[in-house]
Amino acid sequence: MARMRRRDFLNLTAMAAGGAFLTARVAFGNVSGRKARLVVVIMRGALDGLAAVPPYADSDYAGLRREVALRAAGAPGGALPLNGFFGLHPSLAFMQQCYAARELTVFHAVASPYRDRSHFDGQDVLESGSTRAHASQTGWLNRALAQIPDRRSGELGVALGQNVPLLMRGPAGVTSWSPSKMPALDEDTLARITDLYAGDKLLSARLADALQADAIAAEDAARSPPSTMVATADTKMEAPAANLKAPLPQAYNARYAEITHAAAGFLRQDDGPKVAVFDTTGWDTHANEGGAEGQLAGRLGALDTGLATLKQELGPAWTDTAVLLVTEFGRTAAVNGTRGTDHGTGAAAFLLGGAVAGGRVVADWPGLSSRALYQGRDLAPTLDLRCVFKGVLEEHLGVPARALDASVFPDSAAAKPLRGLIRS
Amino acid sequence: MLDPSTSAIAANRFGLGARPGDLAAIGADGHDWLRAQLKGAPPVLAGAELRSSTEILAQGLKLRREFQEAKKSEARASSDAGATQKGDLEKVGQYLKPIYVSEVIARFQEATATERPFVERVTQFWANHFAVSIDKQFLAGLAGSFEREAIRPRVLGSFSELLLAVESHPAMLLYLDNHLSVGPNSLAAQRGERRQAQRRIGINENLAREIMELHTLGVGGGYTQTDVTAFAEVLTGWSIGDDRGRFAGGVPGQFMFRSELHEPGAQGVLNTRYADTGIGQGIAVLRDLARQQATARFIATKLVRHFVADDPPAAVVGRVAGAFTASEGDLPTVYRALFEASESWLQPLSKFKTPSDYIVSAYRGLSLPVEAGKGPLLPFELLGQRTWAPGSPAGWPDRGADWDGASALIKRIEWADAVGARVGSRRDAAQLAPQLLGANLSDATRTAVARAASAAQALTLLVASPEFMRR
Repeated sequence: MARMRRRDFLNLTAMAAGGAFLTARVAFGNVSGRKARLVVVIMRGALDGLAAVPPYADSDYAGLRREVALRAAGAPGGALPLNGFFGLHPSLAFMQQCYAARELTVFHAVASPYRDRSHFDGQDVLESGSTRAHASQTGWLNRALAQIPDRRSGELGVALGQNVPLLMRGPAGVTSWSPSKMPALDEDTLARITDLYAGDKLLSARLADALQADAIAAEDAARSPPSTMVATADTKMEAPAANLKAPLPQAYNARYAEITHAAAGFLRQDDGPKVAVFDTTGWDTHANEGGAEGQLAGRLGALDTGLATLKQELGPAWTDTAVLLVTEFGRTAAVNGTRGTDHGTGAAAFLLGGAVAGGRVVADWPGLSSRALYQGRDLAPTLDLRCVFKGVLEEHLGVPARALDASVFPDSAAAKPLRGLIRS
Repeated sequence: MLDPSTSAIAANRFGLGARPGDLAAIGADGHDWLRAQLKGAPPVLAGAELRSSTEILAQGLKLRREFQEAKKSEARASSDAGATQKGDLEKVGQYLKPIYVSEVIARFQEATATERPFVERVTQFWANHFAVSIDKQFLAGLAGSFEREAIRPRVLGSFSELLLAVESHPAMLLYLDNHLSVGPNSLAAQRGERRQAQRRIGINENLAREIMELHTLGVGGGYTQTDVTAFAEVLTGWSIGDDRGRFAGGVPGQFMFRSELHEPGAQGVLNTRYADTGIGQGIAVLRDLARQQATARFIATKLVRHFVADDPPAAVVGRVAGAFTASEGDLPTVYRALFEASESWLQPLSKFKTPSDYIVSAYRGLSLPVEAGKGPLLPFELLGQRTWAPGSPAGWPDRGADWDGASALIKRIEWADAVGARVGSRRDAAQLAPQLLGANLSDATRTAVARAASAAQALTLLVASPEFMRR
């Protein structure tokens, strides 16, 4: 339990009682009843949508994918069943349960407005919500939060990690949080540093945010000690263990367990942040991607386990939660010369949670014939990801439609919100 | 009359942070101090524990093969192959880990001790520009030797020589998957298709794309998917020697051009036709990429962002790019254009330090020893910048917003607190503050340090101060 927090609860209480700088920021007890929660998971590196959600019944699929093709649902080691045409990768058992429980919607052949193949520009467009790269220093999720009518005193969003990704940067108050291995600061030193930063707008705001996030995390840890994280003390928040041939699924498991535990801790609280964001990496599978087993299978399995942890730890709050998993673009339809896939276009995305009206695959499937492929090589995109984002922001978080077309996603009037994604 | 903050800017922005006495030694003109550092060959890192990448990789390949063979025989003999596989994988990891530790320590020691901190800063800049990341197999063992062999000796040479050395180094070929990329009409492909119809033989375009996007032209630098594919075919055959396996031949662990993997025929890249001269085809494309206007502009923008401001002033970028083009990528000329631009000295403290900069500058400022063992690696992990682990070929980001998160800030403060506690009364923060920060020392920090409750707290306040967070 000590790992979860930066300073122990008693110490925190004493500080809050003694230091005006903290009491002003820790506003518990402002319970506002049910609240919608949103988790956004950025899958950096371009997840292979044709492996995560194989269209095994497409007659061109097996020929393109050759030795990494997944077999049909029902076959040994085959895909997990969705709707008879698409399946889920066999590592995604929890997600398949969600689908069966009508709590998962899968989107296929999706893309942001970005049409080139740079990870970094692709991620920039995905996160900024602009139509081209480097057009904005703020992210669409932050701008959406700035439009939510019921602004409370606390921060609306939290990034699980030391820094805030572009998606969450902007005018609305957000913070970042990650567990610390270092000893707590004493009250006096912290007070002096707070004074020292008084003349520095950026650092004083960041310090205040950090202390608030800490207070929430400490409060949560006092109420519910972590249950699944006992063995992770040496691997936390670092990149999963390097050096080994297949990435050690255990390292990814430990990291995701820790992040999802922390995310749940923030979101469970009625007066805590509504939105949590975290990054996942390792999806850039240029070589030895694997099929039902192997590199990608291990990473998908770790993520799936992390999502299951998130549900478990959210408890009743899962009912009000939607989790959105997105990546910057897809990968080539055909396997390459090194048993992997190169940068592509059309991708898959996922929306799951108790708040989701799920149990379906949303795809205007373009097919995989050579004529149907985008530039003769990639799954052609047929659905603008912004339609999904807008639908979730409007129905789930109550962001006004007017703002969605103007400030949240500039120049996006043509991308209409996809409605009916959230349970009414 | 030069601004009195010149020496502080020279030491902290262009160097790696002032040590006690540095500002006085730099004197009134930081330019001379920087110019002097460009003279002579770049420092090399030496030490019995620093081995060549060839040696490291050859042994790593051998270990992996032993593990794969053991796995096969285990699988035949036992039903519990999974446990063996994990144990043997850990063995490869155990082999690489101490190599990584020695390399990080050597780099860290150089950064804290060097008398030519500008050269070390540009070394780290180029290592990040040509980033590899230890989360890929073997790179934990190769990232350090890659930097020592391909980058360090060439940071005061020409960009095209640096580029060639980097792209032909086994670390980069492994990292971006080129070593097994096979030309679709190569000899190996023809042999393979007869043998194994199921398996697709072909190129992997990862290296070709990232050379254009990240190493030379930059995204939007005028290349197309067709250029990427053609360049990937040009680069087929740029591989690594091995004494066994599918492509046996060459010196194990060393760069080799495998003509049997190379796609035959001429290729068109960026509207230029390149005849098939084997390895020469790739060298010719790389040399031309190094000469492109887009490359000059891209490199200049990154350098100015690194040294001057997150939003690089256009005038400085223009001058640095001009120097790059006019000198055909002579790096000392490029650096001089950068630090001779008056704009580079105008805004004090415009850059928020990366965690690595922050740690190194604290070690230099407080004269902390970089001891052997894993201890010195910890701060980089705690503060979120494990050495050579950017996680992507784009390298670590270089803007304040990428590093100034709330949680990141509190970790710096906690680390500053731990450093203060460790050093305690062995350093006098009030005396150090003007020596490290010069004209950038604020009244608020000076007062806070003077009024601190203990020597340890005074050091913490100095290292956590707003001006020590920036350069």
